[in-house]
Amino acid sequence: MKPKTLFGKIWDSHVVKSIPGGPDVLYIDMHYIHEVTSPQAFEGLRRRGIKVFRPGKTLATADHNIPTLNQHLPIKDEISRKQVDTLGKNTGDYGINFFGMEHEFNGIVHVIGPELGFTRPGMTIVCGDSHTSTHGAFGSVAFGIGTSEVEMVLASQCLLQYRPSAMRINVTGKLNNSVTAKDLIMYIISRLSSGGATGYFVEYAGEAIESLSMEGRMTVCNMSIEMGARGGLIAPDKTTLDYVNEKAGKINIPVSDRNIEYWSTLRTDPGAVYDKEISFNASEITTMITFGTNPGMAMPVGGTIPDPPADEKEAASYMKSLSYMNFRPGMKLEGQKIDYVFLGSCTNGRIEDFRAFASVIKGRKKADSVTALIVPGSKMVEKQIYTEKLDSVFREAGFEIRQPGCSSCLAMNEDKVPPGKYAVSTSNRNFEGRQGPGARTILASPLTAAAAAVTGRITDPSGLISN
Amino acid sequence: MPGVQFTILESPCVPLPVENIDTDQIIPARYLTATSREGFGEKLFRDWRYKPDGEPDKQFVLNNPEYKGSVLVTGRNFGCGSSREHAVWALYDYGFRAVISSFFADIFKNNALNNGLLPVVISADKLEHLFMLVNREPSMKVRIDLEHQLLEIPKAGMALKFDINPYKKECLLRGLDDIDYLLSLKGEIEKFEKNALG
Repeated sequence: MKPKTLFGKIWDSHVVKSIPGGPDVLYIDMHYIHEVTSPQAFEGLRRRGIKVFRPGKTLATADHNIPTLNQHLPIKDEISRKQVDTLGKNTGDYGINFFGMEHEFNGIVHVIGPELGFTRPGMTIVCGDSHTSTHGAFGSVAFGIGTSEVEMVLASQCLLQYRPSAMRINVTGKLNNSVTAKDLIMYIISRLSSGGATGYFVEYAGEAIESLSMEGRMTVCNMSIEMGARGGLIAPDKTTLDYVNEKAGKINIPVSDRNIEYWSTLRTDPGAVYDKEISFNASEITTMITFGTNPGMAMPVGGTIPDPPADEKEAASYMKSLSYMNFRPGMKLEGQKIDYVFLGSCTNGRIEDFRAFASVIKGRKKADSVTALIVPGSKMVEKQIYTEKLDSVFREAGFEIRQPGCSSCLAMNEDKVPPGKYAVSTSNRNFEGRQGPGARTILASPLTAAAAAVTGRITDPSGLISN
Repeated sequence: MPGVQFTILESPCVPLPVENIDTDQIIPARYLTATSREGFGEKLFRDWRYKPDGEPDKQFVLNNPEYKGSVLVTGRNFGCGSSREHAVWALYDYGFRAVISSFFADIFKNNALNNGLLPVVISADKLEHLFMLVNREPSMKVRIDLEHQLLEIPKAGMALKFDINPYKKECLLRGLDDIDYLLSLKGEIEKFEKNALG
């Protein structure tokens, strides 16, 4: 048999039918939905007068627009409230499991899927959200879709998809101290650019990837879309199995011997050919920050902003970005004053991220000039923060922990950064206005965000961590 | 149910020569709370189109009366970022029926094709040339012929062939709908479930 890539194995085993010269009909094992990209899909089902084909394979949560304070009260914004209520009604009408705002399992869709044991190796997973690539950390084929496609999955549990090309990114060697999974993926994106992996499904491999925890792997796969990739995935190993076994009991989705046997086959065969292969050396990666308005515009925390590209059109777009940020080529950002810090999102809203942030702020105080938004990725993460008594570390350092949600990552709720203000954010996008109209976002790891929070400036965290 | 049909489009172009335009610029997240598909055109490029005080920004191309048309011409990696289909609904609702660029983000392209908004990919050089022509003569028309996969610029005597996947081309030409097709496969899907998952 021809050797196959991990991606190819999972994709091929889910093809119901290939249309000659056309797309594959791809079977979807797990479908996550949320309040923002699903209402028009349910409206479509009603118009057609059809049911949800496999309601048990869809799971719903409210995360994008919900407030992160006073969740026991009705949502103040009337249209947001209506959107969440609509999801409640739609899931009720069609028999879909819904973990609404006050449910003990509520949280960001890409945080709860894995932590509740729904996300498993070898699955095909989709959601009307581009960060669905997160679930690839388990060795699954997971990717974001639009609302028309959400409707297709609800109607038939299938999607019409062209098979993407396969790319492997190897990261050899060990990561330096203070360099996290977030720095690793920001470095890769800065090398490939924000469109550099368009058309590809990326497999991450190599020692630096294998040594990451599941949380770290989720951070890496999460940002695959920020270089244009359809998705990213990592072959399952002992780290994966330990995590999956631990989470299997949460709502009792058991792991069978047959599962384990199948999962052990989920690796790229020797000799399998990728359409593109790239290697990086982990020792060259430093702590990273962004300086522009797309995640490809990133540099070492201690670096200087590069000169504009030679091409005239590219240079114009580049300078437009810098002008929005009020930065200039040649500028050093370390020491730059900042106004906001956001810890949270589907990229860095998991327990490990809170532990990392706490390790820096412990015994220190939040800078007075900084407004901090500290937002757990889910109710379960929130609970764990209190179980580990991290809440007292945060409180003593002057930080308030909010309730779970997507929050300031896309600022659909009140958690907005005001115009012109600088925010060091652990989220995934530094687009213009992403954290509020006129807001200036600098992406970073939880360690670098914590360092900024206690110093009020862009700071390399290495000096603040006791090893 | 019928899908949206696209056959031939003849229109002047609206140039937006910026690269990496993400879907947050096309439709900012704060307008995504609606539960229907209609009305997003008003909010298209909201934060580029209007100043913070709500006044239209005269510098922005949609506020320039010289440029009117249903074809948007824009820089590479258009539609990157969020998967929100609202971006396509906003472009369509505003009146755009085709977008020309040197490449599109994957999810945006799928969303566009699923809504009858035609993404037309041409080479970076040809895109540059088209920007130049449109700059020189804002009222210049282009003609997009989906069946023959041709982008014609009669004024410049140019006819560029563009790629589109044959399945989607057929759907757009005939106004066919993916969901009708998927529903027709119910038996095969059930059989797959029994064999592969059983």
